[in-house]
Amino acid sequence: MRTLIFRTIAPYLASLMVLFSIFVLLRGHNEPGGGFIAGLIAASAFAIYGIACGVSPVRRAIYFHPMTISGIGLLSAASAGLMSIFAGTPFLTGLWAPIDVLGVHVDLSSVLLFDVGVYLVVLGSLTSIALGLEEREERI
Amino acid sequence: MAVETEYTADLSGAMVLEPVPLADWLVVAPVAIPLVVGGILLVARRETRMHGWLAAGGLLATLVCTVLLLMRVLEQGIVVMTMGRWLPPFGISFVADPLGASFAVAGTLVAVVCAFYATSDIGTVGRRYGYYALLILMMAGVNGAFLTGDMFNLYVWFEVFLISSFGLLVMGSERRQLDGATKYAILNLIGTTFFLIATAYLYGIFGTLNMADVARKAGDLRDTAPLMTLTVLYLLAFAMKAAAFPVNFWLPASYHTPRIVTSALFGAVLTKVGIYGLLRTFGMLFPPELEILSVLIAWVAAATMILGIMGALAQTDIRRALGFVVISGIGIMLAGIAIGTPEGFAGTVFYALHSMIVLGALYLLAGVMNSLGGSYSLRDLGGLYAARPLIAAFALFLVLSIAGLPPASGLWPKVMLVQASLESGWSWLGFTILLTGFLTTVALGRVFILAIWRPLPENAEPIKAGMSPALGYGVLTALSLPMLIIGLYPDPVIGLAESAAGGLIDATTYIGTVFPEGAAQ
Repeated sequence: MRTLIFRTIAPYLASLMVLFSIFVLLRGHNEPGGGFIAGLIAASAFAIYGIACGVSPVRRAIYFHPMTISGIGLLSAASAGLMSIFAGTPFLTGLWAPIDVLGVHVDLSSVLLFDVGVYLVVLGSLTSIALGLEEREERI
Repeated sequence: MAVETEYTADLSGAMVLEPVPLADWLVVAPVAIPLVVGGILLVARRETRMHGWLAAGGLLATLVCTVLLLMRVLEQGIVVMTMGRWLPPFGISFVADPLGASFAVAGTLVAVVCAFYATSDIGTVGRRYGYYALLILMMAGVNGAFLTGDMFNLYVWFEVFLISSFGLLVMGSERRQLDGATKYAILNLIGTTFFLIATAYLYGIFGTLNMADVARKAGDLRDTAPLMTLTVLYLLAFAMKAAAFPVNFWLPASYHTPRIVTSALFGAVLTKVGIYGLLRTFGMLFPPELEILSVLIAWVAAATMILGIMGALAQTDIRRALGFVVISGIGIMLAGIAIGTPEGFAGTVFYALHSMIVLGALYLLAGVMNSLGGSYSLRDLGGLYAARPLIAAFALFLVLSIAGLPPASGLWPKVMLVQASLESGWSWLGFTILLTGFLTTVALGRVFILAIWRPLPENAEPIKAGMSPALGYGVLTALSLPMLIIGLYPDPVIGLAESAAGGLIDATTYIGTVFPEGAAQ
């Protein structure tokens, strides 16, 4: 698998895929997309990078351990649900906080936080599985 | 976007608009707390020294919440919270009734004790691989299954605890563990696939997945919809999860392989989720179908009881024997479901609560015996009575409890079940329950005599110092004390079981709480 062509193109491909995954994540609020599918795209980006250049460059590149990323995702999804305690609404109710950033209107919401959580959980756990499998292959 | 929109529509038909009191959050807390603690454990995966205490503390907080929830349910009736403010059946409801809340209390109690025991049993490597994170996420799944009021959501929680349990089973990566885990994983995945297919049928027939909504609509559709097909699929799916007779082979193949504390948790809690699913679907949603299937379920129950306990008689490994005891207990609970009267259901509920605690205690006792005698095999163990009389006392108490003899809690649910079976003309089933009790006494009495009463065999290792006595006696006391109290003063639990069974058979309160008057139809 480690041809020169693949090794040269893989970093660009992987970074494009990660970028695209974030696009899909943000698009998911009103149109097809969302945290789960975006997480799958990002995890396959890291998997491709791992196949091309080896597992340790991937681990260096994502800095955190994949399971730590999953944990952060789980915490943000859970906290998005728990925020409703303070609003007096049932668990997982969408809460909105509109702000203006440099004249641009942005709607921050707990829905987005939940979706980011899902994204991180899927990204972390699938990257962990993919890297684990690739590592095993390297050893053989 | 959403905030700028002027609301012109009348939202009262679609959303919960009145503020939710803080006490209602108790319905979500038994799931939310383990999820949050599980996330923290994943993030702090390097801090292995604090894992045990973090998990035990989180589960203790969960236990407090489940107990408060049960008290609230008993005082004020069923508590409902529907996610995301959408009115049911569109929002997913969490519904705590006496059945779900009491199962959550018993399951979480065993989990707390197991988490404390695990602090001595699980080493740094296991913690590093996320033992406690898996354990607490599994409890999130189990509590979610007990408290959800939505069929598909029940399936999701089944998956949550199953996937965590796969992780717990293979912890250690020994050959026999992988062997056991493969059988466990494949057969359980087949079971949950049936569950998913049945749920798809359910949605196709009713157009809703909310349990209260299904219960409300089932009466009108009975003449036209293929409800028998649906219920048989549910029976197969839940019986597989509960390890009932023809589909129980995954349990003896896998439950003796993981760490003993994992076995304790699995044997105590996981099969009861299958029983809970049967009680919920047959007791509340499809009672007329249960009546048609009752003879089949009764035969399955009798076979599970007798063959289960016969398996236990033949084993020389304590853990394998206990696996078969788990199965025969499932048969006793199925007998109550087959009888199908309020008394039968109440007996099943009581027996399930008792069985969670006693099986957790028996597995942990096996762990303590292993730490003293260095083996799980009846051939090598012995002399524990002379060396540790207190352990022998605990063992005797637990054997009496699982066999259904006084003074422990096992007596009362069996009395209720035998009485229910005699009253409703199932006398042979009642006789089978009594026979199973007798055979259980023989099977575990044999374990007691060989492992504890008998002097130490000559070629065996001498009794070791074992684990910290405070922890060993502590966990056994924490589980035996509730059993002793229930055994001597069973009225509150009998009342609880009867109200749980009554709430299943007459679901109007359940439906009325999920769909208060004036809400959208």
